[in-house]
Amino acid sequence: MVGKLGLIIKREYLAKVRNRSFIVMTILSPLLIVGMIVLIAYLTKINSDEVRVVSILNESNYFQHQFKPTKGISYLYLDGLTLEQAKDSTNALGYDGLLHLPNEKDVEQVAKSAYLYTKDNPNTNVIQQLESVFQRQLRQDRLEKLGVSSDQFSKVEQPFDLQLATFDGERSIKGINEIKAFIGGGFGYAIMMFIIIYGGFVMRSVIEEKTSRIIEVIISSVKPFQLMLGKIIGTSLAGITQFTIWLISASILLLLAVTFLGIDSGELSGNSAAMPGMAQYATMDSDMIMYAREILDIPWTLLILSFFIYFVLGYLIYSSIYAAIGAAVDNETDTQQFIFPIILPLMLAIYVGFFSVFSNPHGPIAVGFSLFPLTSPIVMLMRLPGGIGEGGVPLWQLLSSIALLILTFWGIVSLASRIYKVGILMYGKKPTYKELVKWLRYK
Amino acid sequence: MDHILVAKNVSKTYGNYTALSNISLNIPKNCIYGLLGPNGAGKTSFIRIINQIIYQDSGEILFDGEPLAPKHIALIGYLPEERGLYKSMKVGEQALYLAQLKGLSKSEAKTRLKYWFDRLDIGDWWNKKVQELSKGMAQKVQFIVTVLHQPKLLIFDEPFSGFDPINANIIKDEILQLKEQGTSIIFSTHRMESVEELCEYIALIHKSEKILDGKLSDIKKAYKNNIFNVGLQVQQNEEALMKTLKEKFNIMAPKFDGLENQLDFKIQLPSEETAGILAELSKMANVNRFEETIPSANDIFIQTVNNKDNGR
Repeated sequence: MVGKLGLIIKREYLAKVRNRSFIVMTILSPLLIVGMIVLIAYLTKINSDEVRVVSILNESNYFQHQFKPTKGISYLYLDGLTLEQAKDSTNALGYDGLLHLPNEKDVEQVAKSAYLYTKDNPNTNVIQQLESVFQRQLRQDRLEKLGVSSDQFSKVEQPFDLQLATFDGERSIKGINEIKAFIGGGFGYAIMMFIIIYGGFVMRSVIEEKTSRIIEVIISSVKPFQLMLGKIIGTSLAGITQFTIWLISASILLLLAVTFLGIDSGELSGNSAAMPGMAQYATMDSDMIMYAREILDIPWTLLILSFFIYFVLGYLIYSSIYAAIGAAVDNETDTQQFIFPIILPLMLAIYVGFFSVFSNPHGPIAVGFSLFPLTSPIVMLMRLPGGIGEGGVPLWQLLSSIALLILTFWGIVSLASRIYKVGILMYGKKPTYKELVKWLRYK
Repeated sequence: MDHILVAKNVSKTYGNYTALSNISLNIPKNCIYGLLGPNGAGKTSFIRIINQIIYQDSGEILFDGEPLAPKHIALIGYLPEERGLYKSMKVGEQALYLAQLKGLSKSEAKTRLKYWFDRLDIGDWWNKKVQELSKGMAQKVQFIVTVLHQPKLLIFDEPFSGFDPINANIIKDEILQLKEQGTSIIFSTHRMESVEELCEYIALIHKSEKILDGKLSDIKKAYKNNIFNVGLQVQQNEEALMKTLKEKFNIMAPKFDGLENQLDFKIQLPSEETAGILAELSKMANVNRFEETIPSANDIFIQTVNNKDNGR
């Protein structure tokens, strides 16, 4: 019996791996992904290298040296021109804008009647930088009127960052919760993608067996359950092969791109991490070390072990549902009505994860969804980088989540295999949910 | 008599639909047993129960004297009516896979496959993909895979559908040959022509019930009605002859062939006894033809089904 299962797994694996579109996807996907990353990095680089020039016509007695060139903007002072002349020459020289400061009696008035002229809609970055100059000057001016000297003012203006620590007294840093959830979310997302891609493969392969009418030939030699299990395992092995190839070849390609195209790896990680605030916080070396330590502190063994458990159980649950759907229908167009309810909990898990678990990994929503078996493989993995026990996921939650998942696995696989058993021998019927429930009762 | 398969009161329902009700059959060893019936009668359900693809709700099945069990699967070869192959797999690889699923070792399967591929003249197709094959060739591959593990019991469900007449004949000869070698064969069909040539025993299933079974020759005997076809050589006046005949006997469907001067008709006899009538006919004219009309399996099939339906 084990021998037959082995034969089925081998056939399903080879059938998948030798499939032409599978090979093409295996080779093409890393190229596409790396190509996209390189393109995005390149475009961002061009964007940030671009320097905007703003010309300034200052007729007032204020703001003489306040506009200092920054990374994105440089300034050009126009003197002795009328406003119209200044506009014309700014336009003719192709600069990005003209800031006009008319001659008024005090700073307040100057700021009030200042104008930025641009050809079309102005760049937000330019506006922000100009506004901050005005704001600083106005604040200083107002404070001076209240008796604060400029020396005192510059002392007041020292930037401040709140110190963070856990209750244990360890120093803590901003954004680390998000980073941890993001790492867990990466695992969860991988599970979801895997389920959707390879669950679909399982389903199509069942439909193919039905439409090619080989199914009855095969189940006269093996049990339908063996065939279903062999198909799911074979397909997932093919999937793991593909994922591994993608991972290795994408890393190599990325490495090559970084080395030969001279794309700054810092830029890549800054973009691909897409964590708002992270880059900005991590400016100081000591903070960088803290981040590194925190990331190393993530319980990787636990995380990877749990990933494996949740991956196997979650995938088996979902792909057996996919197999049952494949068995129930005659062609792929009929699958739509059944597929949506499967994708729904997966999508829900991802959304709940990103909107709720990231900010509050141990709140009631996060706990609920990490216990509910159809979402737990994704949501629990987002919580786990915080560790288990104190400050992390309570052990009972992890254990009951896994226990619930195992129970559900048992229930769903036995239901799915019943539908599968009946469905594979039914031709020419477009089944309804009612019909499927009836099949469950057949012996 | 020794039986390969005995079914006792087998019933099967799907929800409200009854597929088989109280079917009892005795299928003798080393013969071809015809399982006949219109589409949807329950033949395929019965066959699937034998193959343990589905299970009966009640009743018992004995395989070679033992209750049917999973180990018997290896002793059964089944060619389903709905049959196919993986389209994108190579023919040889696929045949090997299916043979291994039946429990043959890889090397054994390979040797036997080579033999059968050459025998049925498809040896060149080993490395071709199934989608390149014609329907008939794919059917040959399926036939080979069914018989390859030398099962004791072979079940063919509509084996000739999809074959052209020449290949159908080749397969028919192979089936007869397998029977010669001692295999028991169940042959399920709703096409009667092939039944007469192949089957020694038949069972007729209609609307989930068995309505007739037994040895084909016995059934035919039971269904004969003492009607004979007669052909007389007419010497003088066929009308006068006709008149005398009609007075004396129960004559049906008379037809005169002017070219050959022969009068053909059917005659209904009161009993099986023919000697007296033959003598009387001989006195009237030269008897060219005198033969019993034996009902064809098709006639029996239609008649029984109609009787059953009208009887309700």
